[in-house]
Amino acid sequence: MGDAMKIEQICKSFNNDRTRLMDIVRTIQETFGYVPPEHYELIAREANTHRVEVESVVSFYSFLSDRKQGGVVLRLCNDIIDRFKGADAVAEAFEKELGISMGETTPDGLFTLEWTACIGMSDQAPAALANDTVLTHLTPEKVPGILEALRKNPDPQALVAECGDGGNADPLVKAMVQNNICERGEVLLADNDPEAGLRKAMEKTPEEVIADMKESGLRGRGGAGFLAGLKWEFTRNAKGDGKYILCNADEGEPGTFKDRVLLTERADLMIEGMTVAAYCIGAETGIVYLRAEYAYLRALLEEVLNRRRAAGLLGNSICGRDGFNFDIRIQMGAGAYVCGEESSLISSCEGTRGDPGDRPPFPAIAGYKVAPTAVNNVETYCCAARVMDKGPVWFENIGTEHSSGTKMLSICGDCERPGIYELPFGVTVAELLEKVGAENAAAVQIGGPSGQMLDRSQYGRAISFEDLPTGGSIMVFGRQRDLLEVVDAFMEFFVDESCGYCVPCRVGNVLLRNRLERIRNGKGIPEDLAYLEKLGISTRRMSRCGLGQTSPNPILSTLENFRPIYNALVREDRSGLAKSFDVLRAVEPACELTGRRSVIFHA
Amino acid sequence: MSKPKVATTSLAGCFGCHMSLLDIDERILELVELIDFDKSPIDDIKTFSNRCAVGLVEGGCCNEENVHVLQEFRKHCDVLISFGDCATMGGIPAMRNNIPLTECFDEAYRSGLTVYNPDNIVPNDPELPLLLDKVYPAHEVVKMDYFLPGCPPSADTLWAVLTALLTNQPVELPYELLKYD
Ligand SMILES: Cc1cc2nc3c(=O)[nH]c(=O)nc-3n(C[C@H](O)[C@H](O)[C@H](O)COP(=O)(O)O)c2cc1C
Ligand code: SF4
Ligand code: SF4
Ligand code: FES
Repeated sequence: MGDAMKIEQICKSFNNDRTRLMDIVRTIQETFGYVPPEHYELIAREANTHRVEVESVVSFYSFLSDRKQGGVVLRLCNDIIDRFKGADAVAEAFEKELGISMGETTPDGLFTLEWTACIGMSDQAPAALANDTVLTHLTPEKVPGILEALRKNPDPQALVAECGDGGNADPLVKAMVQNNICERGEVLLADNDPEAGLRKAMEKTPEEVIADMKESGLRGRGGAGFLAGLKWEFTRNAKGDGKYILCNADEGEPGTFKDRVLLTERADLMIEGMTVAAYCIGAETGIVYLRAEYAYLRALLEEVLNRRRAAGLLGNSICGRDGFNFDIRIQMGAGAYVCGEESSLISSCEGTRGDPGDRPPFPAIAGYKVAPTAVNNVETYCCAARVMDKGPVWFENIGTEHSSGTKMLSICGDCERPGIYELPFGVTVAELLEKVGAENAAAVQIGGPSGQMLDRSQYGRAISFEDLPTGGSIMVFGRQRDLLEVVDAFMEFFVDESCGYCVPCRVGNVLLRNRLERIRNGKGIPEDLAYLEKLGISTRRMSRCGLGQTSPNPILSTLENFRPIYNALVREDRSGLAKSFDVLRAVEPACELTGRRSVIFHA
Repeated sequence: MSKPKVATTSLAGCFGCHMSLLDIDERILELVELIDFDKSPIDDIKTFSNRCAVGLVEGGCCNEENVHVLQEFRKHCDVLISFGDCATMGGIPAMRNNIPLTECFDEAYRSGLTVYNPDNIVPNDPELPLLLDKVYPAHEVVKMDYFLPGCPPSADTLWAVLTALLTNQPVELPYELLKYD
């Protein structure tokens, strides 16, 4: 079959629907190893959209490519957690064995080597993806063996000699990933009574369900901590038919891997929660937005959906209730952190670039396909099902006054026992550090790069919405670490992930990072610190979405909590000449071009 | 008391900012009541003769001579002002910053469509200052004290700033004087 025909068939398999463009180009990428630019026109025509839409989708997502990629794409996590665990040496080993640099494809077309942001395996770093297969605990020594095996059998799945625990060993998953569950709390990881939440919800009216949800005090687990019951009420009351339930399984904040474990171990509970939401909002369609890095969990999730359809828990007349119809599809992401932001996530589900939209209107009023849409995190839906089962009072009594329930924390970095800890809100950082075996930590990053870095004096503070909010990411840094290297890596992350729509974020982050590097190189002056502060605050204030509004945090929070590190690096300079400017370096290209030296400066 | 001295220079700029300074028209008579010009294209004084209170810098640095002049300004002036977008941000000349210098030379002197250059040479007289790898805004080369945006800043803006500085008043720039579109 010719390429054109294959493309036509792929488009047809998605009903030539422009809102499924993500799936169309993902499938084309899987089929051809890239999305051939010479076929953009054809794809656009077949998908009823414009060429520019196709091109902008392909160029936006890092897992899509307009150049032919290797049969096996190796994506190494470049997060600072992995770097501190030796990712650079692993990368070097790959480069050496393959004879290519990061970002390149071997001439024989077998391998492509790339860096990627956190793939949600921070507790088993250094980690990488070989196509969809997760490789954990990498070392340079393992690299030759991995490549030899892949040369013999290009299916990366064959690299998995031993599966991880629990759902990771499911025949549909077969991943070497470990759950690393270190503490089970009573809400999510304790044993639960399957479908009890849904059953009890259906005994109530939708209004009563919402009242329970509000009373429980359940706040969103993925971002801003908005009251789930209130969001559901807004969505229920919003005008419009065909409402939607979206589950945010993008888990892009570096150092967060708790949804990975919930998806592996509690997929039923999550879908039960979505079904409860559908019941009280009156939605008939749900979407789980699964990040591309978790593609290895897709078959398991599809199976859960199918099983539930067969059991009458999804589909028409759920649990025999006439008129209660709800079904769910999985939308794969394609490697973009910003797509975790709810309006980007919606754009992405609609088959376009993951650009954040202006808010208001909020998704509850006008979301997916402009219909009222509830977007919640994986953990939020899991909690919701448990609230319905055990009652709002039970839930409300766990945790602190303004933060009910438990929180799934994913802890990584310089500690003895990285992994998953489900703990009631209110647990202090010091208590956490004791649990993970890191009492001597020099710094703790709460909430990932977009959160804040704490020094020892703040270890008495509590994980909660009122004090230290976090989507789950907690990174521990030991005394041996250069904290500004951490900050620099976080800024690099934001520079890479900015969608580029607004200037403060697109440009501000680059300027912030450049100035930070100047300081780290010993060329900084005290005024540079004021510059960082001022520019950081402007970027935070003037950016359009949550990415830019939090991206200066690594710098701003260390300026506040670790000022002495900066102070030690900058030096007063009375000459008035910029230390960072090196005129001899600046004239170098011209010297080479003209073959002469500077009359003024080469004394 | 002798009048304070003001120096001005045009580095990698188009002289438009200086033209704007001349646009203060007859107010220049008031200005010279307040100040003396030192090194400046306005009076064609080439070297600093005195310490100056204020240095006005048009344009960023695109070559080594710009760097030298700017460093001299820093040494001789109490207060340095980047005036105009070129000084403040690099401006139009900085449009070459995304293109390697060799490519700029090739396009301009060697392989451009209208170029006749059988010897394939580039301008290389020792009198010609060496170009820098990029165009730098003034504050990346020396410390600048104030920035006046605009391409160019209007005569009224310049007038307001200079008179305030020289009479020890706070600078007041109403919205109209800073709005450009
Ligand atoms: C840049 C950015 C990335 C985000 N990534 C995620 C994510 O990966 N998962 C998530 O649940 N929420 C993420 N959020 C928050 C979502 O916008 C949204 O608030 C959340 O999904 C709502 O669900 P919740 O109320 O249950 O937390 C992100 C927000 C921003 C600004
Ligand atoms: S803040 Fe950043 S990520 Fe958000 S819209 Fe602006 S450029 Fe895009
Ligand atoms: S800012 Fe405008 S007027 Fe001034 S030198 Fe630059 S281009 Fe010319
Ligand atoms: S997988 Fe590398 S930090 Fe998360």
